[in-house]
Amino acid sequence: MLITCPYCGPRDVIEFTYQGDGNRERPEPASQNFEAWNAYVYDRLNPAGDHNEIWQHSGGCRSHLRVVRNTLTHEISSVAFARGDHGPRRKMEGKS
Amino acid sequence: MVERLSPLEPDFHPGSHGNFEHGVDVILTETRPGSIVQLAAWPGEEKKLIAAIRAVTGLALPDGAGGGISSGGKSVFGFAPGKFTVADDAEGLAEAFAKAVGPAIGTVTDLSHGRTVIRIAGPKAEWVLAKFFAIDFALPAFPVGSGRSTAHHDVFAQIHRSGTDQFDIHVFRSFARSFWKALCHASEEVGYEVQ
Repeated sequence: MLITCPYCGPRDVIEFTYQGDGNRERPEPASQNFEAWNAYVYDRLNPAGDHNEIWQHSGGCRSHLRVVRNTLTHEISSVAFARGDHGPRRKMEGKS
Repeated sequence: MVERLSPLEPDFHPGSHGNFEHGVDVILTETRPGSIVQLAAWPGEEKKLIAAIRAVTGLALPDGAGGGISSGGKSVFGFAPGKFTVADDAEGLAEAFAKAVGPAIGTVTDLSHGRTVIRIAGPKAEWVLAKFFAIDFALPAFPVGSGRSTAHHDVFAQIHRSGTDQFDIHVFRSFARSFWKALCHASEEVGYEVQ
């Protein structure tokens, strides 16, 4: 699997570290909304298809990246720097 | 200034080695720059940092990811967004940049004692490095002067192409001897000379 880093170009997946689901919305640190915290920690979409993910190019420029990967085919349809414009986020179903 | 010892010392054996009966195809050496610094710009401050690099070293960074240049014993290349490695044969780079790069622009990290720079040069340099790193070493993809960040078995390496057939590999000092031995083994088939 190749991930095309926006800075370094196409690199083998061994240079990258998976940093987790890119759909999560972290509640405000002072939030008392336990449902939101529970969703942040435990709820995952687990889709069969395109999935928003955070990866780090840990064996290269060390940038954090927002990657859309197809969980069925491993096709990478978009890669962008996580910093800056994060783009549209998918909301967790049934949660606000 | 305290004299710096090379971490390669016990395994640094000048002379020709390996399969050199038909000629030496790569030359391995340690460049031992007097100073190495890493510079990082805060987001949005990249242009000011590039101007500071020009003011201190006289080197004008080309545009583009991984762009770099070397001249007169100094070299600079980008290794990450807004981050640059600068090396100089002379000492004192960190002090010069500490004056030129204020806390509003970014950070200066002196790595003069933290990195070892190994140079591989010769017609088979690309061939040998291609055994280590899964990146494109062809000239159009990796122009002279530019830099690349990659890793070989968790040994981080910043590779600076300092000539058509010449690469300077910046590795952590603590990993340098291990990497050097691996590089020597990989160079045996083409015949190598340590200088």
